[in-house]
Amino acid sequence: MSSNTFLGMPSLPVFGHGNLNATEAFPKAAHRELGNEQLRANLGHATHTIRDKRLKVVAELPDWEDMRNAGAAIKDATMANLPALLEQFEANFTARGGVIHWARDAQEANEIVTALIRETGETEVVKVKSMATQEIGLNEYLEEQGIAAYETDLAELIVQLDHDKPSHILVPAIHKNRSQVREIFLREMPVVDPNLTDEPAKLAEAARKHLRKKFLSAKVAVSGANFGLADTGTLTVVESEGNGRMCLTLPETLITVMGIEKLLPTWEDLEVFMQLLPRSSTGERMNPYTSLWTGVTPGDGPQNVHLVMLDNGRTAALADEMGRTALNCIRCSACMNVCPVYERTGGHAYGSTYPGPIGAILSPLLTGIKSEENNSLPYASSLCGACYDACPVKINIPEILVHLRGEDVDSKRAKVKVPTQMDLMMKGAEWAFAKGSHLSLLEKGLPLGTLAAGRDKVIKKLPGIAGGWTQSRDIPAPPTQSFRQWWAKEHKPGAAVVPGSTNSPEGEQA
Amino acid sequence: MKIALFATCIVDAMYPRTAQATVAILERLGHEVVFPEGQACCGQMHVNSGYFKEARTVVANHVEAFDTDDYDVAVAPSGSCVASVKHQHELVARRCGDTALEARAAVVGAKTYELSQLLTDVLGITNAAEQLGSYFPHKVTYHPSCHGMRLLRLEDRQLNLLASVGGIEMVELPEADQCCGFGGTFSMKNADVSSAMNADKAANICGTGAELCSGGDASCLLHIGGGLSRQGSDVGTLHFAEILASTLENPVSVTGEVKVKLAGSKR
Repeated sequence: MSSNTFLGMPSLPVFGHGNLNATEAFPKAAHRELGNEQLRANLGHATHTIRDKRLKVVAELPDWEDMRNAGAAIKDATMANLPALLEQFEANFTARGGVIHWARDAQEANEIVTALIRETGETEVVKVKSMATQEIGLNEYLEEQGIAAYETDLAELIVQLDHDKPSHILVPAIHKNRSQVREIFLREMPVVDPNLTDEPAKLAEAARKHLRKKFLSAKVAVSGANFGLADTGTLTVVESEGNGRMCLTLPETLITVMGIEKLLPTWEDLEVFMQLLPRSSTGERMNPYTSLWTGVTPGDGPQNVHLVMLDNGRTAALADEMGRTALNCIRCSACMNVCPVYERTGGHAYGSTYPGPIGAILSPLLTGIKSEENNSLPYASSLCGACYDACPVKINIPEILVHLRGEDVDSKRAKVKVPTQMDLMMKGAEWAFAKGSHLSLLEKGLPLGTLAAGRDKVIKKLPGIAGGWTQSRDIPAPPTQSFRQWWAKEHKPGAAVVPGSTNSPEGEQA
Repeated sequence: MKIALFATCIVDAMYPRTAQATVAILERLGHEVVFPEGQACCGQMHVNSGYFKEARTVVANHVEAFDTDDYDVAVAPSGSCVASVKHQHELVARRCGDTALEARAAVVGAKTYELSQLLTDVLGITNAAEQLGSYFPHKVTYHPSCHGMRLLRLEDRQLNLLASVGGIEMVELPEADQCCGFGGTFSMKNADVSSAMNADKAANICGTGAELCSGGDASCLLHIGGGLSRQGSDVGTLHFAEILASTLENPVSVTGEVKVKLAGSKR
């Protein structure tokens, strides 16, 4: 949209900020996290458990693929009609006594939430687990403003008490085991039984005692939302513990922060997602606590109900024709539970609030690929495709990863004139593969490779970026004759050729 | 049937026997194999690394070499290269705004098969021992490569063909559907993660007690085999085409520390 006469449309995309940006490149962060044996053991155990549970409950549904298609279709339709649906949602939410605020980015959203809390005169809020508020760094911002925000989701509480960052969308403390949790509780909870054991029931009891006081005293709650239903102006929070519902019903003021992509056109659409989400995320048939609220109900629940509609890069992502389906994400985390890269590095390696395969595309889409901290994320995948198979709304993550790599290469090409080693390698390979005759010419050098491999017939060290390969892998000596050479010399069409005949290509294979 | 062989760049330069075995199997079934000389590479490395401009050159060359009526179907002994031809070539052309190339790429893609697909779906091979005379008296485990499994939906085609080879003992690979960590330039750009994935794959393979790990992608086998070799393991890797090509009279032999030799070869 470059026309200046199109008033009201920003000429440059507004990219996202806050905790979306990684602070170091993925390979460096991954190297550090890979060294943490405890982390890898915890992660391996946890992802395998959820993975198996998900497979079991998904297999129960004969129409799972139809359900996925329906989910993708509803989300595609929502994105195609987003401006109108947002207006419809706003009209319905407002008509029922709610107040809508629009936030262009993380800073604006944080300022709006702070101002709303200030109006109440409170300095403490309870929080429902929310990715949107993680994304904008709300807790940190509130702390700077002298407002204490208490996470009430058990795993989120563990992470907050440990002054750590979540490592997973659904299971923020997936990287910690129960003895680590016990240590954190003993160290950080103001009142705790000194004989606390690491039994899950005992740990849950300690957390419950700690939180109960907060639930009963808090006048303000902050939440996110899993879905916003445009035709009624209804918001939804889906959770497992019931702590969210305590926050959503007990306080006088409820402030919700929701990404603008979270809309669904109608109530009926929710039925599809209430089947897709629990099965994909926790491996459960049905979600334990589903809370829905529509504006204000006099005499029941919060009487001041606010919603901050967050852009923070979402319209920029929507403008990316190839990448926009990343906005269909319902934050189930099925992709990270099946990802072999996530399983070994954990969420912190991705830097951004959104880890795993979805994070590797969503974070750079929200911040723009030119954001240097995030441009290593699209490469944090072997493109094995397990994420695409697991995604309940069929986001083609591998294809978007490749698309973003293309964007990254083009953006760097435009910026830096000196070619990198990778550029030169790709340029060389382009020449080699441009014609069969070029490859044929290069293959005349194969005997040199055999020579380089030496007596044990393997190459153990390569120079430059290819050295990454030989850090843990040998390369077998190439054969002295390529297939192409053998074909040209020996193979006569129609003549029977069997392996083991004397005209075999030479060379060992391992 | 006239079958055009797409040897793929890695097989052509590093594993010529895999292509030779493919030729042997198809000719044993009475088909004519042709080798379009202009072919080079599917361009997957360029696409997956984000080098679309360079990829276009490579894709155009592949389309030029295979867009002819001189053959009935094309075949490659590689799931990932066939997936690239079928799923990436049109995308590359479209991204570069080349609609003519896009249309021709679609034609080539539709005619291209992965070897186990061709053998099973088109040529009706269900029993390699009976229909191909395949004989390979070794203990073998099998790794299904990601692109064959998820992009081409090969399901158990390769495994079933292997299991029907005479004399073979197949052992199940734990966590077989897990990626080996190759991922093209991923293995260089994220060498640490790739190595960790490969180490787990190697441990699973060694745990089966198999003499060999077979599969349908030379690149994954190069990766897995390279890791096993560095660890000093006796377990090697071998493409399923070579196992299918092995017969009682002309066996592929496995001797000593992973020296896979075709009988009668000069070394």
